[in-house]
Amino acid sequence: MKTVKVYGPGCKRCETTELMVREAAAKLGIEVEIEKVFDPKSIAIAGVMSTPGISIDGKLVHAGGLPDAEKLDRWLSA
Amino acid sequence: MSADVSHPVRPVRRDWLWHAGVAALLAAWWVIYHQLIPVSEWVTTLFPVDRHSHTGEAIAFFFYDVPKVMLLLTLIVFAMGIVRSFFSPEKTRVLLSGKREGVGNVLSAGLGVLTPFCSCSAVPLFIGFVSAGVPLGVTFSFLIAAPMVNEVALVLLFGLVGWQVALTYLAFGLGIAIAAGFIIGKLRLEGWLQDWVRDIHSGANAPVMMDDERLTMVDRYKLGIEAVREIFGKVWIWIILGIGMGALIHGYVPEDLMVRIMGADAWWSVPAAVIMGIPMYTNAAGVIPIIEALLGKGAALGTVLAFMMSVIALSLPEMIILRQVLTLRLIAVFIGVVASGILAVGFLFNVIF
Repeated sequence: MKTVKVYGPGCKRCETTELMVREAAAKLGIEVEIEKVFDPKSIAIAGVMSTPGISIDGKLVHAGGLPDAEKLDRWLSA
Repeated sequence: MSADVSHPVRPVRRDWLWHAGVAALLAAWWVIYHQLIPVSEWVTTLFPVDRHSHTGEAIAFFFYDVPKVMLLLTLIVFAMGIVRSFFSPEKTRVLLSGKREGVGNVLSAGLGVLTPFCSCSAVPLFIGFVSAGVPLGVTFSFLIAAPMVNEVALVLLFGLVGWQVALTYLAFGLGIAIAAGFIIGKLRLEGWLQDWVRDIHSGANAPVMMDDERLTMVDRYKLGIEAVREIFGKVWIWIILGIGMGALIHGYVPEDLMVRIMGADAWWSVPAAVIMGIPMYTNAAGVIPIIEALLGKGAALGTVLAFMMSVIALSLPEMIILRQVLTLRLIAVFIGVVASGILAVGFLFNVIF
């Protein structure tokens, strides 16, 4: 079980990012719990300066723009 | 699930396909761009109107300008997407932290143009900068330059109004960002941030990104294409509406009326343009076609530029977002300083040109 946080104020790209994480996890057969972080304060404290950002199990792996699908697979299976 | 299995094509060969494809598209772009006038004239003849009537003028204007702007936008947004792939807010923050005011403001405004930025992440970016020790005024230079001097605005000015105006806009946009940030820095308003922003200490929470692989040129092409898709998705409707509106003004609004309202002799038109621009929220794409038409009808350049800068740089929605980190007093100072800068540019232009 991995905890994935998607950081973003709710823009379209943030939603797409969440969907990508869900799909990648389903494809890899990894169980994930996705938490969306909307609050700008929490986003900033997490160290994300450009949204959407992704952290997996507390580790920030991505910030700014849609993630690359191949990289997403790698982060999730790491 | 090794990555090799899913890519039977040798990466080197795939790279060459990409380079060739981009080159072919650039060539096609050039050819199409040079066919715009004949095609638009031909389309106009399809309408049952006299080419030299008001309606004919408006139609020709519309069918020439829409494809022209779309083409220019595609090219420049793609190029900027590639340039921006070399920059990121994280790198910019490192470059700016601890910079003195003055030099810092200049660097910051320049980076504001080059760093990928979306106003939806203005708050995290603001906090990220301030908490890392970027001075408040330097941060403001970035936040003013980033939305105001953007490639969409420059392309549209270049394509619809001319390169001189585009260049002037670039210079004065940067100038305002630098000067306004410098003044805000000198006022020492750090105490006017929201309390919780000051509590975030620098360094303590600056996680390092673990994924810092080098991007290949193909990755950068993809980012360029992504940028084109995204910006087009956002602005195409504004371009069509804006140019449609411009076409109407072009064809129908009588010249003497415009000269009276927005001409250089009407001194009050500059402040009026700035005030009108604040609640208006559209991006450069929507406002510039209107500007072209206004200029063509004798509106003064300074007044029109002031209006445009005000619409883009002072937007109510962005103020509301920034309200989370800034106190109202600080927002008021921000608006005051930037609006004064825009006023100065407006008056200056009306005097010079």
